[in-house]
Amino acid sequence: MKTRTTRALQCSATLATAGLLLSACGSSGGSGSGEQAGSPSFQGRGPITYVAGKDTSGVVPKVIARWNELHPKEKVTFIQLPTDADSQRQQMIQNAETKSDAYTVLSLDVVWTSEFAAHQWIDRLPEKQFPLRNMLKPVVETAKYRGNLYAAPASSDGGVLYYRTDLLKKAGVGKPPATWSEMTADCAKVKKLPEAKDMSCYAGQFQKYEGLTVNFAEAVNSAGGVVTDANGKPNVDTPEAKKGLDFLAGSVKDGTIPKEAITYQEEDGRQAFQSGKLIFLRNWPYMYSLAQKAEVAGKFAVAPLPGLNGPGSSSLGGHNLALSSFAKNKATALDFMKFFSSKDSASTFLKDASLAPPYTDLYDDPSLVKQYPYLPVLKESILRAVPRPRVVQYGDVTSAIQQETYAALTGNKSSAQALKDLQNDLQKSTAQ
Amino acid sequence: MADTKTPPDTAEDEPGRAADRPSGQSSRPTSRRRTRTRATAGSGRMAALLVSPTLLVLSIVVLYPTVMALKESLYGTKGLDPKTGFIRTSEPFVGLKNYTEVFGAAGDRFWNAFWNTTFFSVVTVGLETVIGVAMALIMHKAFRGRALVRAGILVPWAVPTAISALLWRWIFNSNGIANAVVGRQILWTTEGFHAKVAVIIAEVWKTAPFIGLLVLAGLQVIPEEVYEAARIDGASALRRFWHITLPLVKPALLVAVLFRCLDALRMFDLPYILVGAQKNSVETLSMLAQNEASNVRFGPASAYAVLLFLYVFLIALAFVRLLGADLVGGGAARGSEGRNRRLRITAPRRAEVTA
Repeated sequence: MKTRTTRALQCSATLATAGLLLSACGSSGGSGSGEQAGSPSFQGRGPITYVAGKDTSGVVPKVIARWNELHPKEKVTFIQLPTDADSQRQQMIQNAETKSDAYTVLSLDVVWTSEFAAHQWIDRLPEKQFPLRNMLKPVVETAKYRGNLYAAPASSDGGVLYYRTDLLKKAGVGKPPATWSEMTADCAKVKKLPEAKDMSCYAGQFQKYEGLTVNFAEAVNSAGGVVTDANGKPNVDTPEAKKGLDFLAGSVKDGTIPKEAITYQEEDGRQAFQSGKLIFLRNWPYMYSLAQKAEVAGKFAVAPLPGLNGPGSSSLGGHNLALSSFAKNKATALDFMKFFSSKDSASTFLKDASLAPPYTDLYDDPSLVKQYPYLPVLKESILRAVPRPRVVQYGDVTSAIQQETYAALTGNKSSAQALKDLQNDLQKSTAQ
Repeated sequence: MADTKTPPDTAEDEPGRAADRPSGQSSRPTSRRRTRTRATAGSGRMAALLVSPTLLVLSIVVLYPTVMALKESLYGTKGLDPKTGFIRTSEPFVGLKNYTEVFGAAGDRFWNAFWNTTFFSVVTVGLETVIGVAMALIMHKAFRGRALVRAGILVPWAVPTAISALLWRWIFNSNGIANAVVGRQILWTTEGFHAKVAVIIAEVWKTAPFIGLLVLAGLQVIPEEVYEAARIDGASALRRFWHITLPLVKPALLVAVLFRCLDALRMFDLPYILVGAQKNSVETLSMLAQNEASNVRFGPASAYAVLLFLYVFLIALAFVRLLGADLVGGGAARGSEGRNRRLRITAPRRAEVTA
C-alpha cells in the first residue's frame, strides 16, 4: 500500500510539470539541413492548407470555396487556429520546429515576418510575381526581411482617431485636432459643456500587452522619434522619443487620459467611447461599424491620429501570407497566395469583413468609400504609418517596450529613465 | 469483516490440532514456509507482469518527456548569423549555464517568479484550508436544503479555470462589481499588490470547494457514536471539533492540502488570463517557462520547467515524509485501531477519484 501510494504521489508531481516539459522539448529537433535561402523552387501541385486565426466573418471559407471550384485537383483546406495572436504564432512555430508539412500557407501577423524569415521557417518569394507596385508602400515593407520579400501582403490596418462630432460642434470646434496640444485644447472647450462634465479626454490601448507597444511606437513616431532606425538598431533614448512618452505619461498624470485607461485593451476603450465617457479615442477601423450600432451612432467621425507638431503616424497592423518552408505542393501554394492576395479577394475581404486592403486604389473607390466613410482617413493613416520594430527577437523587444512604457505610465519611473533602460534592453535583445 | 475474523479462528484451531498430532508438528511449519515463499515469488512475477504495461505507458508519457526536457535544458539559444541574417541551424551545448544563470544578473525574473509562486501557494492554500473546512462542516450539517447548499458550493470548482478567470476579470474591471463593493476605484489588473490580491481571491473562490469536498468525505465516515459519547462526557462544541473532528478528518484534509499545494505551485491560467502575461507582480514559474518557450528559447524554458518540477517534487516529498506517514496509510496499517486504518486508506482513494 505504502509504496504504491508514494509512487502515485510522485507521479502526480511528475505529471504536474509534464505538460510544461512536453511543450519545452518540442524543440530538440532543431533544423538540421537548412532550406535553400536563395531561390527556392516552387514545385509540386496538389492539395494544400491555409492556416489562419479563427475567422469570425465567414468570408475566408467563401473565398477558399471559390478557389476550390476553379482548381478541383488542388484543393485548399482551411485550418483555423485560436483567435489570439500568441497561440497562433505558437502553433505555427511548433509546426515549423517539427518540420511538419501540415501547414502550407500561413497568415502571419505583420510583426512576425522577420522572425519567421530569419529562422527560415518561410520561403523567400519571387517579388516580380506579386503586384507590389499597386500596394501601399508601408504595407509592402512589412512583408520584407533584409530587403527580400518573404510574404504577400493580404490585409492592412492602421490606427485612427475617433472623436465626438456632436460635442466638438457644440463647443465651437470646427475640425478634428491635428496635434496633441490642439486635442487637449479642444477637450478643455468640450468639457465646459454641461453634458461633457464627467467625460475624459483621450484614451488608447494602455494595458500591458501588445496594444501598448503599438501606442508607444505611435507616440514616439508622431513626435519625430524612432524605436529602431532604418538598420534595425534601437534608438529610443532621444529627446524626440521622450516627448512622445511624455505625452502619454503626462496625460495619464494630469487626467487627460483617465486613470483606468491603463487597463484598456481595444474593447474596453470602445465600450468607454460608446457609453459616452471619452471625447477622443485611438482605435482600429474595426470599431467603426460596431459603434454605428451603438448609442453614439451618427455622433462620431474618424480623423488621422494627431502628433506633436502635425499629424501623427500610426503603427501598422494587418496580415501577410507566407509559405511554410516545409510544405509540399509549393507551386499550388504560390498560385493560391497570388489568388488570395489579389485585388478581387482584397475587395471581397473589405466588403464582407471590413479588412483594410493593401491595394492603393481600393481606398479611392467611391462606392466603397460610401460604404466605409473612414477609408480615406485610413489610407492617409497607413501611408503615414511606421511598421513596428522589424527585428528577429520581436517577442523580447515588445515585452521590453511594454515593461518600460508601463512603468512610465503608472508613474513608477520617469520617462527619461524608462527610455534609458529600454534602450539598454533593446540593445541586448537585438544584439543576438 | 469476514476476513478479519478468519485468522483468529484458524490460529485458535492450530495449537489444538498440533497437540493432537505431535508427529506432524515438525514437518508442517517448514512445508508451509516453503509454499509461502513459492507463492510470493510467483505472485511477485505475476505482479511485475501486470504492472509492466502501466510502467511502459508511464515511461513513454512521463519518463521520456522528462529526460528530453533535462537534455534540452543543457542547450542554449540558436544565435543569429549576422552575415546571412539567418538563425543558425543548431543549438549550442551550454552545459549547466541555463541553471547557473538563475543565480546571476539575469536571475531577477526567475526569483521574482519563484517568490510569486511560493507566495500564491502558501496564501491560497492556507485560506482554502480554513474556508474549505468551514464549507465541509456546513455541508455536513443535516438541515433542509442541504443538497442545494452542497451544489452551490461545488459550482466554482466545476467552472473551468480559464472561464472563471474571465469572469473575475470582468468583476475586477475598473467599473466592475469589485470596485462597487470596495467603494473606490482600484485598478486590479494593473501591476502591484492589488493584482496579487485579485488572483488570490479568484483562486480561493475556485478551489476552496475542492478542500471542502474532500473534508466532507472524511467527515462522513466519522461515526455519530463518537460524538454522542463526547457529548455525554460534557465536551463543548469547540472541544469536540478540536479533539474528535479534526484528528479524524486529518488524513483526508492532508491529502486535499497536498493536492492543492501541487496545483498552486504550477498555477498558470488564472493569473495569465485574469491579470495578463508578463505582469511582474503575478508572474509564476509556469508563466515564465511558457514565455521563454514562446520566444523560441527552449533551453532556458526547459531549465525553468525542470526547476519547477524539482520544487514541486520536493514539496510533495516533504509532505509525505513530515506529515504523511499516516497520509499514505502505511503507518496506520501497523496500528491497532481498525477503524482508523480504514479511514486512512479510504481517504487517499477518494482523493484520487475526485481529483
